[in-house]
Amino acid sequence: MPKPKPTLETTFCGIPCLNPFWLASAPPTNCGEQIMRAFDSGWGGAVWKTIGAPITNVSSRYSSIDWEGRRMMGFNNIELISDRPTEVNLQEIAEVKRRYPKHIVIASLMVESKRETWHDMVQRAEDAGADGLELNFGCPHGMSERGMGSAVGQVPEYCEQITGWVKEKARTPVIVKLTPNISDIRIPARAARRGGADALSAINTINSITGIDLDTFEPNPSVDGKSSHGGYCGPAVKPIALNMVQQIQSDPASALPLSGIGGIGSWRDAAEFILLGCGTVQVCTAAMHYGYRIIEDMQDGLLAWMAEKNFASIDDFRGLSLPNVREWKQLNLNYQIVARIHENLCIGCQLCYTACWDGAHQCIHLDRTAPAPDTTRTPSMVEAEAARRISTTPIPKLDAGTAFTNTVTPLDRIPRVDEDHCVGCNLCYLVCPVENCITMERVNNGVPFESWEERTAKGLVPPGAQEVMSTNG
Amino acid sequence: MSERIPFHQQITTRPEVAKRFDDLHPPFDRQAAVPEANRCLYCFDAPCTTACPTHIDVPRFIKKIASGNLAGSARTILDANILGGSCARACPVEVLCEGACVMHRYNKQPIQIARLQRFAMDSFYQSGASLPFETAAETGFSVALVGAGPASLACAAELRRRGIRAGIYDARPLPGGLNTYGVAEYKLPLVESLREIEMLSQLGVNFHFDTMIDATALAEIEQKHDAVFLGIGLGAIHRLGIAGEDLVGVTNALDLIAGYKSGEHTAVPARVVVVGAGNTAIDAAIAAVRLGATEVHIVYRRGPEQMSAFPFEYEHARNEGVKFLWYVQPIGIRGDRSVRSLELTKLVPTEAGSLVPEAGTEFSLEADLIVLSIGQATHASFLSEVGSAGAKVQLERGRVLIDRVTGQTFNPKFFAGGDCTNGGREVVDAVADGKRAGIGIAAWLEGKYAKT
Repeated sequence: MPKPKPTLETTFCGIPCLNPFWLASAPPTNCGEQIMRAFDSGWGGAVWKTIGAPITNVSSRYSSIDWEGRRMMGFNNIELISDRPTEVNLQEIAEVKRRYPKHIVIASLMVESKRETWHDMVQRAEDAGADGLELNFGCPHGMSERGMGSAVGQVPEYCEQITGWVKEKARTPVIVKLTPNISDIRIPARAARRGGADALSAINTINSITGIDLDTFEPNPSVDGKSSHGGYCGPAVKPIALNMVQQIQSDPASALPLSGIGGIGSWRDAAEFILLGCGTVQVCTAAMHYGYRIIEDMQDGLLAWMAEKNFASIDDFRGLSLPNVREWKQLNLNYQIVARIHENLCIGCQLCYTACWDGAHQCIHLDRTAPAPDTTRTPSMVEAEAARRISTTPIPKLDAGTAFTNTVTPLDRIPRVDEDHCVGCNLCYLVCPVENCITMERVNNGVPFESWEERTAKGLVPPGAQEVMSTNG
Repeated sequence: MSERIPFHQQITTRPEVAKRFDDLHPPFDRQAAVPEANRCLYCFDAPCTTACPTHIDVPRFIKKIASGNLAGSARTILDANILGGSCARACPVEVLCEGACVMHRYNKQPIQIARLQRFAMDSFYQSGASLPFETAAETGFSVALVGAGPASLACAAELRRRGIRAGIYDARPLPGGLNTYGVAEYKLPLVESLREIEMLSQLGVNFHFDTMIDATALAEIEQKHDAVFLGIGLGAIHRLGIAGEDLVGVTNALDLIAGYKSGEHTAVPARVVVVGAGNTAIDAAIAAVRLGATEVHIVYRRGPEQMSAFPFEYEHARNEGVKFLWYVQPIGIRGDRSVRSLELTKLVPTEAGSLVPEAGTEFSLEADLIVLSIGQATHASFLSEVGSAGAKVQLERGRVLIDRVTGQTFNPKFFAGGDCTNGGREVVDAVADGKRAGIGIAAWLEGKYAKT
């Protein structure tokens, strides 16, 4: 039977979407002209740069973290919500919707915490033609000082109350955007749900100071020599976002249709958010870095992966990984893996060796050419031996018969895993630069599944461990 | 004491030479160096470090470039190799650090260690910082070093760092030996060699130039010092022993290279033939191309498989338009007052494997300049006169015999290193020899005079 051709079309809290890729409320969605170009590039939706209370922005506004030559691994901004007149934004929403009726425009809103003000803004946004509303309860800088943004998101009561006001008026779906700057994302998520939210989006940016200039001692981005904490986003925050997405979607009192946000820049990232239950994903930093054109591979790659995995639609794999995230106490204590180094692939960098000795459990050794396994030879001894070696430049005339070659890794440079002591921590495999050179392989120890939960229930926990448990608990 | 003029300011560069011999490997700028530095895997017990005769901690200096600690990077380099700037440019890294890079084993370009090292060293010089080493309190010991090449310089640096006086004697007016006069200018400009050696003088090394050391002078020096280091290198380039060798227009590769580097001559005639196929022959042939020759041949009595030039040097020469004639042997040089042609005969292998002239294959190669590059002779025989009967400096086929670890000769007061001991290798080998000998001398002096 031929496989069905996968589709990216999906429905998110009742909103039919061409694809699950939305631009997040941010500079890429500042005006109608931008958003229409984004739609032309293939974006399925856009959350308008937050409309609301009048503001003035500063310059500069952004800063970032580079990592080993790659730009913008993490990105930070102190820009506020839209600095354009509300009326202009609303007119442009109407214009975009007139020209792009099938594309999704979500109005992101943030106004002072008054019922009438919210009612008025909801009415105007919906009158302009917005397909839905996103309540910005997440902006961590500037607006929060004025009692808006994360100042709302951090207080469950406010979160619930304002969501309730909006729901009194709204005819379109209401999405509450959550701040990660809290101790437990489920608390504001539950509050939004109690307030009647139709959906959630997470995460907004994380409070951050990206760095200090070592010459001027000023944090960045510098505004006349001073700075303020900003909101952190970009590839660096993805793991934090994924965790929060999972927490929300695994909590029955929180779970709602969820638009995933946080470090998404490729179809792979998007697939991961969807596997943890997101219905759409929102992108900002990657589009700010490389432009709207990144959408082409996001669509293309996701479709190809869906076809390969036999998924016909987003719903076919949405949330598929949620059952695989468990509490630690439910993990199998008797599952055992060890590292295996594949000699034919090893290039002899010995990063696994130094990592295991200094960062793990001292069970990788350089003793393959020793007469017998030698677990007593330390890294310092290895280095001292190397320092004593006398090397010379190989000169063809003087060193006949010793042709220079470097194609095969010498056996003495290939580390050996002491499998009896390997705890299966993964570190060597993580540091190894060569794909498949170190694999973590299951040891069939014949011991059945047993979790900490089960073990403690049986009273099999050693007394010391019990104490640690109670002190930490 | 009169103000001395720094070495690199004692010479004037000829712009026409500089123009024709610009960098073979252009320097990195910071924007290129940092990503390249980040590409380094930071191997443990790194093969590049082991391959380097001076054991520069390559991953360490590279990571310091990545972190922006350029002074620290240069310090890491200089700590292992006092001529780190010269070596960054002159080393045949393809068979040393870069050749040993693990990247070769997974289809990736090796890290450009030499260019990174040069970046660190150039930054260090540009910063105007002084040599980042303290000299220890003076011990009162004094060592004479014969020859001011890389071996002696490295040895002297080790001695000064240990508070031992170092006096270097050299026949030339400026220091550095082949590092200054013998490396192709597009690899290591003469002025850069001198700039680097100038730093050494900060450690308080005494230089005695224009001073030829013969057996008599050596005996005097020995009396005045606690130890002697021999860094005398090799001697003159061999002669062919054929007719016409004294004609005008017959020279040798080292004279040609030293001549253009020091600006004594800035051009060569149209047709140049280089005899020999070692790395120096290649340097001379390429120099001839760049100095204006229109036809440059290298003639060699064996085939490409046997030549002693590195494969990348051979490639470089071919890219510069040098033509190679294999299995030919010079049998005479013709000309009236000056050279007109080199007479050659083809060689064929015998069943025993040797090469013999093939009758009737003699031919003539027109030449205005013939450059001999068929290896250097040794000039160490005078050393066997030195020392007491029971403890003479021993030679083997002209080379000074040493303990490789300490550099000590069979006469315990004499140490040696560099080309005069290893038969003629690279600058970095000489530096490594000198470094080991410096440490060896210090240990020997300490042991000898230790209170028991």
